[in-house]
Amino acid sequence: MIEAEEFETVAETTRPHRLQRVLVLVLIAALMVLPLWVYPVLLMKLMCFALFASAFNLLLGYGGLLSFGHAAFFGGSAYATAHALKVWEVTPELAILAGVGAALVLGLAMGLLAVRRQGIYFAMVTLALAQMFYFFCLQAPFTHGEDGIQGFSRGRLFGLIDLSDSTVLYYVFAVVFVASIFAIWRIVHSPYGMILQAIRENEQRAISLGYSVQRYKLGAFVLSAGFAGLAGGLKALLFQFATLTDVNWHMSGEVILMTLLGGIGSIAGPIVGAGLVVTLQNYLATTGFPVTTALGATFIVCVLLFRRGIVGEFRHRLAVRRKP
Amino acid sequence: MMMAKVSARIAPERARAALSARGLSKTFGNFQAVKDVDIDILHGRIHALIGPNGAGKSTVFNLLTKFLQPSAGTIMYGETDITRMAPADIARLGVARSFQISATFGDMSLVDNVCVALQRPNGLAVQFWRPLSSLSRLRPRAMELLGRVGLADMADHRAADLSYGRKRALEIATTLALDPKVMLLDEPLAGMGQEDVERMARLIADVAQGCAVLMVEHNIKVVADIGHDITVLQRGEILTQGNYAEVSADPRVREAYMGTEDDD
Repeated sequence: MIEAEEFETVAETTRPHRLQRVLVLVLIAALMVLPLWVYPVLLMKLMCFALFASAFNLLLGYGGLLSFGHAAFFGGSAYATAHALKVWEVTPELAILAGVGAALVLGLAMGLLAVRRQGIYFAMVTLALAQMFYFFCLQAPFTHGEDGIQGFSRGRLFGLIDLSDSTVLYYVFAVVFVASIFAIWRIVHSPYGMILQAIRENEQRAISLGYSVQRYKLGAFVLSAGFAGLAGGLKALLFQFATLTDVNWHMSGEVILMTLLGGIGSIAGPIVGAGLVVTLQNYLATTGFPVTTALGATFIVCVLLFRRGIVGEFRHRLAVRRKP
Repeated sequence: MMMAKVSARIAPERARAALSARGLSKTFGNFQAVKDVDIDILHGRIHALIGPNGAGKSTVFNLLTKFLQPSAGTIMYGETDITRMAPADIARLGVARSFQISATFGDMSLVDNVCVALQRPNGLAVQFWRPLSSLSRLRPRAMELLGRVGLADMADHRAADLSYGRKRALEIATTLALDPKVMLLDEPLAGMGQEDVERMARLIADVAQGCAVLMVEHNIKVVADIGHDITVLQRGEILTQGNYAEVSADPRVREAYMGTEDDD
């Protein structure tokens, strides 16, 4: 009976708030007017990485699986998108689709091998497979090695809307971004998402309830790869090139950093984390201050001061304060 | 003489055994944890697996649920040989288990804990595109199951915040959600207060009317009260099998186990 009174507040905080909905609408509105003041290409880059981190968080934060090979999906899709635009000369939406398709296939192949392992072994297997893919990209003729794929136009969306104008492109990005984040939110808050959460919290118990947990993990892996691919394809479309940087293990590390900085296991966390890292990189690039040092220092501060990540810590403080 | 009586009693009943094992053995390296165990778990009855610490009860339990792979022997579920099946597959057939360390989904509410168990049998486990509200049709059944274990008024609390005894009750509700034919309970009463023990024992007895129950249990009083068949293990082997009167009359059992346990 003591428990009954003590934990009422916890249940309350897990219920969705009307305030949250209002906040989301405000943010979407802000996204619509932001290019009036901020350079749209920076905002689009931000959206790419925010989506990439959100895809990664779908696997880490909700699936409990730490992948160290997500660059393969991001960069692999960037290559596929760029190749489709340059060589096949298809419309941009089909090129992105090709990129996402490539990421899904890659995700399925890597996932089948990786989900058999747990914890650090899972991370190592994904890293090894992603490195194999990196060297494949380094050697394969269609990626043009160190040069990468470049020198193609963005084309016309559905054959109609010219994307060479960055304001137009911005609004296309904004729509895709909001839709993708909503899709990720839906996956997390779906019947499948519930099972994923159950597996994360108690895998043995989930097995004993008849769930073949490896299949559910594989599903999360492939979905995450798909969204990472979408982010990579958008990035290739935005900058009109695809290079080895995107498949390099640094990229896998960067997305982990973004997600952990922002806080895993929330929709807002990876978006905030990606925003912070990309803004910092962008700002420091012009100052001559070593970017990696600054990022490393930020990361150390984060780990020491707020382990739950920025959003995670914020939520925690809020929950504690609500509790009388 | 007694052993002969026991095997004569078991033999004709084998036909209606919900879960049975023959020659079940498990070795870890050089250590033989379980040796040549024959066991029949019958429909509508509670089978208690008892024995001193280290007798291999938990190993037998994990072998029967396939969380461990036996080194030798066969396990039959009705007419189906399940010796080589994966644990999740067995669960889907109707063999549900609980855990010694109470296993709940801590961050979820009680009703969600039960819903997770209901999702798969109701075909609502893979839809990643549907909203959570699609699960609301499972809620009445989940509430009913929570009511059965006396937790209905706490349905929206976090499972992690429950007292130990209530967590165990929640686990029973979750297991019942699978509508199991065989229920295997690993020390379902461990760590409970006297009041909870009595309530849980009544619940298990009630549940057993509709399925076969195997429970590993230390509480001899409860075993005597609700257990129909008892298997006593010692050093990985069956010491004796029978009902409580038969088993407790066996001097070897008194020596090995009950004599000391009764003094507690």
